[in-house]
Amino acid sequence: MRAWTTLRALMGHWRRHPVECLTLLAGLAVATALWSGVQALNAEARASYARSAALLGTGTLASVVAEDGGRFAREDFVALRLLGWPVTPLLDGRLTRDGESLRIIGIDPITLPASASALRIGEGDERLTDFLLPPHLALAAPETLARLGAPSDLPPLAASETLPPDTLVVDIGVAERLLDAEGRVSRLLLPPERAGEPLPAPLAARLRVLPEDAESDLDRLTASFHLNLAAFGFLAFVVGLFIVYSAIGLAFEQRKPMIRTLRACGVSARLLTGVMLAETVGFALAGGALGIVAGYGIAAALLPDVAASLEGLYGATLPGRLSLDPAWWLAGMALCLAGALAAAGGSLWRAARLPVLAPAQPQAWLADQRRGMRHQLAAAALIAAGSLVALAFGSGLAAGFAVLGGLLVSAALALPALLASALAAGHRRARRPVAEWAWADGRQQLSGLSLALMALLLALAVNLGVGTMVESFRRTFVAYLDQRLVSDLYVTGQDSAQARDIAAWAAARPGVAAVLPIWRAESRFRDWPLEIYGFADHATYRDNWPLVAALPDAWDRVAGGAAVLVSEQMARRFGLAPGDRLTLPTPAGGWEVELAAIHRDFGNPVGQVMVASDAFARHWPEGDRRRMGLRVAPGAVPGLAAALAARFGLGEEQIVDQRGRKEFSLRIFEKTFAITIALNALTLLVAGVALLTSLLTLADLRLVQLAPLWALGLTRAQLAWLEMGKMLGLAALTACAALPLGLAVAWVLTAVVNVRAFGWRLPVEFLPGQWGTLFALALLCAFVAALWPIWRLRRASPLTLLQSFSNER
Amino acid sequence: MNAKVFLFAVFFPAMVFAQGYAGLGGEAEGYRPVTRPASLAFPRDHGPHPGFRIEWWYLTANLSDADGKDFGIQWTLFRIPLSPAPEAPEWQSNQIWMGHAALTDADEHRYSETFARGGIGTAGVQLAPFRAWIDDWRMAALPGPGDALAEIALTAGGERFAYDLHASASLPPVPQGEEGYSLKTPGGAASYYYSQPFYAVEGSLELDGRRIAVTGQAWLDREWSSQPLRPDDAGWDWFSLHLATGEKVMAYRFRKTDGSASLAGTWIDAGGRPSPLGDSEIAITERTRSTVAGRAIPTAWHVEIPSRGFAVDTEPLNPQSWMGTTFAYWEGPIRFGGSHDGRGYLEMTGYE
Repeated sequence: MRAWTTLRALMGHWRRHPVECLTLLAGLAVATALWSGVQALNAEARASYARSAALLGTGTLASVVAEDGGRFAREDFVALRLLGWPVTPLLDGRLTRDGESLRIIGIDPITLPASASALRIGEGDERLTDFLLPPHLALAAPETLARLGAPSDLPPLAASETLPPDTLVVDIGVAERLLDAEGRVSRLLLPPERAGEPLPAPLAARLRVLPEDAESDLDRLTASFHLNLAAFGFLAFVVGLFIVYSAIGLAFEQRKPMIRTLRACGVSARLLTGVMLAETVGFALAGGALGIVAGYGIAAALLPDVAASLEGLYGATLPGRLSLDPAWWLAGMALCLAGALAAAGGSLWRAARLPVLAPAQPQAWLADQRRGMRHQLAAAALIAAGSLVALAFGSGLAAGFAVLGGLLVSAALALPALLASALAAGHRRARRPVAEWAWADGRQQLSGLSLALMALLLALAVNLGVGTMVESFRRTFVAYLDQRLVSDLYVTGQDSAQARDIAAWAAARPGVAAVLPIWRAESRFRDWPLEIYGFADHATYRDNWPLVAALPDAWDRVAGGAAVLVSEQMARRFGLAPGDRLTLPTPAGGWEVELAAIHRDFGNPVGQVMVASDAFARHWPEGDRRRMGLRVAPGAVPGLAAALAARFGLGEEQIVDQRGRKEFSLRIFEKTFAITIALNALTLLVAGVALLTSLLTLADLRLVQLAPLWALGLTRAQLAWLEMGKMLGLAALTACAALPLGLAVAWVLTAVVNVRAFGWRLPVEFLPGQWGTLFALALLCAFVAALWPIWRLRRASPLTLLQSFSNER
Repeated sequence: MNAKVFLFAVFFPAMVFAQGYAGLGGEAEGYRPVTRPASLAFPRDHGPHPGFRIEWWYLTANLSDADGKDFGIQWTLFRIPLSPAPEAPEWQSNQIWMGHAALTDADEHRYSETFARGGIGTAGVQLAPFRAWIDDWRMAALPGPGDALAEIALTAGGERFAYDLHASASLPPVPQGEEGYSLKTPGGAASYYYSQPFYAVEGSLELDGRRIAVTGQAWLDREWSSQPLRPDDAGWDWFSLHLATGEKVMAYRFRKTDGSASLAGTWIDAGGRPSPLGDSEIAITERTRSTVAGRAIPTAWHVEIPSRGFAVDTEPLNPQSWMGTTFAYWEGPIRFGGSHDGRGYLEMTGYE
């Protein structure tokens, strides 16, 4: 009963200050929303990878794979079966038809164990018979089914709820035909209890066993992407907590007299703290619920972009809708609760220890600002030092983010001191009384606003840093595409034989300057996915190819067939340098070569090696040799494309001109950063909200400060202008501080985080235009945030102003 | 031993029901019919018979170790085509192969099951030299005089068991029924059926990694047919018996869902000459039931053939000889005594 009365008394505060109440809820909701939205996206993507991996047995079954990661002969499967190994074959790959990529998984349902449940054909023996006998069946998710219709080049389709989108499960014999892989298998699944046994001698040389819990390639390739997302989500969460912290702190200060009265009425400190704790929990639950709903909305809105990024970058397909499990909701609520308690911790602590008889000091927390600032500066220095240590000694992406986080937090903590000294300097110069008052008032107001300004600083700096990175990357990438996409026309034959015919025919055409093979094979290097390209030595490459580092006569060495080019990310990952020797796995065993040069390969998550076409043909005889690039005289491209299409019956997908390739690559690029830019904008929005709510909560207090000036003869309009000027000034100062911080963030992102996340480094370009925009944005943010309180001030009745004198305690 | 026809009906009921049991003649759906006369010829008929809907190579052996401890083993390979069309190469093959192996002693019945596709080499049966295999299980002819299957090597295994045996027969295979044409029911369902009951066996078993040398007798059944069972066929109780006198007896009771049954069998003298036994010449009655896999199954029987002065009681080596395979049944070694002594195998299906 007493608790209830106490709670009602405390809640009365929120009834009288509805804006503060909303602020608190908004802070909690915003913090939770962005964080849980990002988590939802990550969880959805990971679940999708898990489903995809489960299709290949990962998770429940061990697998036997080729040493080079490629396909291997079906005879190896037969040999293992005849030796009593209970293996089942899989043949998977991608089928491109009408410009769409379908994943084909070929299975042998007769040997497939029950634990590969995602691949079960199910629903009776009739379906099994249909699956095995011509015209066979292709199983697909209902949405894939609906999209594909009744294609003539595929077996009749049947629905299977367990499959991910754009995936067809067919009999392995059908997969052989669709994937043009007669007599090949991709992997063999094996019950995990047999995974420990060594493979029999002749097979052990080219095959190996992966345990059932082996991380899938998708998991590894996309890890950086998801870490990036999570880092942004966390940043937003922290910014949101700034709002919560300031709202709770303010409320505590305002309620101090009430708390003291309650204590004097006999409410114990323990009960009071308990009730305040319950109040905080209540707010956290309400704000968290709002935030989770908003987070779901954010995730749903961003999902298409994330899905497009993942597909463009990694070939991972995500379902078009979110399916969230209860754990996600609970995690969101728990995080919100933890955040609220962390933000309220200080207030609760002080409420518990508040002396009953101490004089009322509603502005006590403003009074000790100098001491607070010293503490903050010390903390900032400490965190900055930690950040430097992480930079110097840390490795890995997590350390990169630690550097970034340390940089941001220490800068934010140092901001109030910086602003305070700037205001103090201004104060010293001020001569006229109103100006002097304005400077002094600004300094006094600083502690109330500092949290919001810190949030603004962070948002601005991150915006600037990310913007600089993305724009630098865009410019570098465009230039890089110009270098990389040197051929005027890219042609893909139906098969190697047709490709040979096309090459011979094209070489004899007038206007064709060169026919450059682009052959491709897949392999693995120290368990990392690797693609190998075979190319012909030609001036085109020597003149254009973007190299990071090279031996003096790199191109000659590569052309000689005893050396290779290695992509930047592969070189960084394995610490390779020109002149090193490395052993590349080939279907026939290891091939030792020299690393002649390192080339740029932006945006590619897997390793890349370029070898001379002769060497390619020798070591990867079964590699894909259907593609080529043609150098064509300007203006001759359309005619040649038409002639090629007519003569060889090539489809639109098979003849792509340079512009088409560039557009495609840029499209993937745009999608990759769409999510980053969107989150960035949301973070800035949160900072704006933080500023607005701080000003709103302070607005009432301000009256006490402004009323004497009004009484001294300043008009309300003059006061409003003064207030606006101060606000804009503070925002401008913050923006000035954000500039160097933003550039530092850009440097950490490009030189540390990016390199560790993706394996390539890009040059930072400075973009003053962007700085100006951001400066204006900061002022706009402050302007909009200050508008409402100032408008209220201008409209404040003289009575209100007068009352502030009588109410003053 | 048309257990396997039944198995087939269970295995692909959809196909059976699709025909509505109308085309029992076999021709209607494209499979080859079973007709008189059987005209068996060896070694040709040891090999597979494409065009028939079901076929099996089925060997059971009663074995003993040096201490006289009894064991039984089973080695079975079924060929089950998905369609009557000729077999296409590689993955396009329409043949499914199913293997069952078991090793029974008084304490435990161990069994294993495996499936394979035809066409790629993981399972099959070939003649010249004869070889039937699925995964690492093998029944392979060894060079020697006489019938192509006179000398065979046999291996199979599963979890915690394996066997490696050598079987040799001095007599040629024995046709069942009318010189190999075996009429299963009065209605006309029939199969081609012959046996090689005269194998002497030696070799070794492996139980939990322990190796045991054994000797004994084995019985090979070969059967192929195109005709599934009717809906009112309930199951059967089938015996293969090695008499101490050197004679062999095959006898079965074919049960209908209405409780009626038809019986048939073959008396094979010690020289390998078969005499078919009609329904009225045999009496098979159950004595006691055991609870096996949650159902009551008659594991001890009385078998009588009055015309031969034959009246015996059978006892299982292990009443729990349950083949808990995809299509489950009871199959295990037995001993019998009475007018005659000996060992044999019992197979029972259809006890739900």
